[in-house]
Amino acid sequence: MNLILISLAVLGVTGLVAAVLLYFVAQKFKVEEDPRIDEVQEALPGANCGGCGFAGCRAFAEGCVKAETLDGLLCPVGGAPTMKTVGEILGMAVGNIDPKVAVVRCNGTCEARPKTSIYDGAKSCQILHNCYVGESACPFGCLGCGDCVAACEFDAIHMNPETGLPEVDDEKCTSCGKCVSACPRNIIELRKKGPKSRRMVVMCVNKDKGAVARKACTNACIGCSKCQKVCEFDAITIENNLAYIDYNKCRLCRKCEDACPTGAIHAVNFPPRKPKAEPAATPVAPKAAPKGAEQPVEKVSEVLKVSKVEGEEAKA
Amino acid sequence: MKQFIVSPAPHFHSGDSVRKNMLLVIIALLPAYAVSVWQFGWGALITTAISVAACVLFEWLIAKYLLKQKSTIGDLSAVLTGLLLAFNLPSNLPWWIVIIGALVAIGVAKMSFGGLGQNIFNPALVGRVFLLISFPAQMTTWPVPQGFATSYVDAATGATPLAAMKVALTGSDSMMSAVPEMWDILIGKMGGSLGEVSALLLLAGGIFLIATRVITWHIPVSIMATVALFAAVTGWAGMLPESVCTGEYVMLSLCTGGMMLGAWFMATDYVTSPMSNCGKLIFGVGIGVIVMVIRTWGAYPEGMSFAILIMNACAPLLNLIRPKRFGEKKK
Amino acid sequence: MKSTFRIGGVHPHDNKQYSVHQPITECPLPTKAIIPLVQHIGAPAQAVVEKGQKVKVGELIAKAGGFVSANIHAPFSGTITKIDTTIDAWGMKMPAIFMDVEGDEWLETIDRSNDIVRKLDYEPKAIIDKVQEAGIVGLGGACFPTHVKLMPPPGKTAEVLIVNGVECEPYLTCDHQLMLEKGEEIIIGIQLLMRALNIQKAIIGIEANKPDAIQHMTALASKVLGIEVKALKLKYPQGGEKQLIDACIRRQVPSGALPIEVGAVVDNVATIYAVYEAVQKNKPLISRVMTVTGKSLAKPGNYDVRFGTPLTEVVALAGGVPEDTGKVIGGGPMMGRAMSNIDMPSNKRVSGLLFLPEAESMREEITNCVRCGKCVGACPMGLEPWLLSKQAWHSMWDEMEDHNIMDCIECGCCQFTCPSHLPLLDYVRMGKAKVGGLIRARQAANK
Repeated sequence: MNLILISLAVLGVTGLVAAVLLYFVAQKFKVEEDPRIDEVQEALPGANCGGCGFAGCRAFAEGCVKAETLDGLLCPVGGAPTMKTVGEILGMAVGNIDPKVAVVRCNGTCEARPKTSIYDGAKSCQILHNCYVGESACPFGCLGCGDCVAACEFDAIHMNPETGLPEVDDEKCTSCGKCVSACPRNIIELRKKGPKSRRMVVMCVNKDKGAVARKACTNACIGCSKCQKVCEFDAITIENNLAYIDYNKCRLCRKCEDACPTGAIHAVNFPPRKPKAEPAATPVAPKAAPKGAEQPVEKVSEVLKVSKVEGEEAKA
Repeated sequence: MKQFIVSPAPHFHSGDSVRKNMLLVIIALLPAYAVSVWQFGWGALITTAISVAACVLFEWLIAKYLLKQKSTIGDLSAVLTGLLLAFNLPSNLPWWIVIIGALVAIGVAKMSFGGLGQNIFNPALVGRVFLLISFPAQMTTWPVPQGFATSYVDAATGATPLAAMKVALTGSDSMMSAVPEMWDILIGKMGGSLGEVSALLLLAGGIFLIATRVITWHIPVSIMATVALFAAVTGWAGMLPESVCTGEYVMLSLCTGGMMLGAWFMATDYVTSPMSNCGKLIFGVGIGVIVMVIRTWGAYPEGMSFAILIMNACAPLLNLIRPKRFGEKKK
Repeated sequence: MKSTFRIGGVHPHDNKQYSVHQPITECPLPTKAIIPLVQHIGAPAQAVVEKGQKVKVGELIAKAGGFVSANIHAPFSGTITKIDTTIDAWGMKMPAIFMDVEGDEWLETIDRSNDIVRKLDYEPKAIIDKVQEAGIVGLGGACFPTHVKLMPPPGKTAEVLIVNGVECEPYLTCDHQLMLEKGEEIIIGIQLLMRALNIQKAIIGIEANKPDAIQHMTALASKVLGIEVKALKLKYPQGGEKQLIDACIRRQVPSGALPIEVGAVVDNVATIYAVYEAVQKNKPLISRVMTVTGKSLAKPGNYDVRFGTPLTEVVALAGGVPEDTGKVIGGGPMMGRAMSNIDMPSNKRVSGLLFLPEAESMREEITNCVRCGKCVGACPMGLEPWLLSKQAWHSMWDEMEDHNIMDCIECGCCQFTCPSHLPLLDYVRMGKAKVGGLIRARQAANK
């Protein structure tokens, strides 16, 4: 009995002394931190993906608390709701945030882009890119080894085995940007998601002359500038034989999609169009097409000939 | 237009493969195995057959149903594990104990870590040590070798040379009669586990592996050199009785028990040994020291399995040692 | 006991029987030629000709774009048609000068005779200037401008010239044949370089699988003071600069340094032959000997090809692309680059064309690393390929730099030897490129 009491006493006293010691040490070495950092961190998704540009959610929370304004600070995973909460905690206003999504700007499917060689090296886009042009003749197109798929931490991008191209799941994508940096050819871009997830995209990044690009892939952008001519909002620029749609200016009118002779411009997530009504039986004298009306799509070879001539004239 | 195949250099390969290496090790073990069969008869054949079959079956089952991966039995590593496990067992071990050993070796020591290449400990040795601790009586009784006339019915068991040597270290040579002549030890006319006989043929198998570049000399030579040195020092320190000379003790240390099998076939296992030459030498020295410490002062007469397993645990640490870089000057 | 380099190395089958001892055959002139503007390490050359201009063989058509760059001369006479980009054998754009070949008119200053010129009393600077003017680059594969090697930076002196007659790549035999046919010219070239560098010692390293070359060069060198022939034990990659220096003079170039650090200058025999032609015959570098070989090729051999000749014509000379071809490799099978097409002109960089049959072209299936350590034993630079490739997979750039990845010479010994057929070098090479970029960025930021 004595033994039990002595054991209890010794252990109890040791515990008590340790507790008191720890309390004083904790007080002495306490790091003064703004308690709001913890609150903000609670509001964050906790994915630690680095999409905000900081080294993890805690670092982002610190950045928000230290910052004077929340402009330029965005957690892409949590998006607008999260930033609103953070703004409430810190008493700061949050500007309008347009959610973004990763867009794979290549439509060089197996059908459109004939294979010219067989790759047998390590299955990595970066390695393939350093090795040679790829299994097709397009030096800009998707290599299909899935570095982007491996980089995604949200299961939002997968390879489609039929087309050989990656496809982004709009719902799951948090626009953290990991796939963008994983792609050695900079094919993936973070673009505005758009109302109802609708957006217009030039699905090509080929900067070769039109004829060369089209020879490698029938879905290529040939830089004919028909889209630019048709756009009423100045949203399209042509540089290095490639069209680019500025997503801040685009109004989703779809005129560029109709004008494009190769089908390189895609209208994503739009409802299918109603078929045009049959023209009236009585012949009508052909009028000059009013401005803004849909232009008929011309044959690609015609377009190429025209742009070739224009190009040579420009050079001469 | 013809499509060429494109890949980064090199476009040549030596033709080496995991399967080829495993096959060469199995071939290197066959001469010693022949002696075991000659010594222990049916027991040797049956134990080995059960061990190999069980190891292959378990690996196939685990890969197919638990891990849902492609079967890896084609690379012959399960066959080799089965063979080496059998080599570590007495030939009169009950069949169901052999199967438990195989299950532990493959299931616990190999597949649960992720399969070949991922395990930390030598699977055959883990199986053996598990059986030793779980079934100490059955694992430490060996039949008296009489070829195919070896009795597996009677309980006649004999003392082993190692047990005799342990007693010798206390200064008594009372058991030294259990130690066979040196020549008998070398060719394998003695008792023990299946792989503990015929030091000479195991050595020959080991040299065959070096010649075919399956293993390098660093681990086996460093183990044997350390053991020899330790044994010599033991002799010079006067720990042996008068009738046992130092030279004899050194030879016995090298040739009895699991020494040859362990040094040439178990410690040199790719997955569980270090990758650089310097690391391998330290690995070998460590095994040599530990096994002799156990043999001299430890409770067990044989310490090879424990020594190798302990050094397996140190192998990742030894892998931090960098090989000599080209152009590096010694400080 | 023949010497060899001390760390690592592997022994691939040398497969030289297809083209060995085939006499050097001149390739006929094409009708159209495309001369690339980048045939060397360093800045691209700048064209100095215009469309419509008529040029003679040996005329300067592109000027070096800097100190580390090389001149390019017309290999044919004819009319320049355009200066444009074309696609090379790997699908990438390549700027080039296009011309129609008309006749075979040479510059009058070039000595076209086969007489051996033995004059040696030049000023060292005159030799180096001639080498620079002639656009000579290393013809062993790296294409480093030779004149840069002949001008050691201040503080470093050259002690020995090491001549690379090793040709360690399997299948290739052009250097071997060149030594047998032009041995005397090569010796004179060595003497010229010794004079240019102001050194008294030269060692010609030749591997033991070329006994006739060893004998021939030894006989020629015995007549000259200061040149020694060293027979080397067969091991790949003995022809690697650093490994060859270790084998010949037992000195190892420290990490990150150049051979001049240990007093050595290394040049390939083909480069030295080009030096002879440039200094003694006023002939700039306009052609090279290429090995076109392969098991199924009809006429494998060593062909003297002027740059700009379409490779398709060279291959036609060798009997055409074999039916069962899986891979076409520019260079040897260990370090050569597999081509996706052969619509490319020959140039200073392509030392050979190897046609591998389909059965030998695909890689084996990859299995788990078994931690055998054979890659560590094989690496001639003492690196740990298993660790470096794993780090590259996980993007651990700092750790890779710490483990000396920049010392990797990309020889392929690790991947060659791996029993699990892991693509070790693929990942190491990728990591090396990334780490190199990070180091350059860091150096630029620190300036």
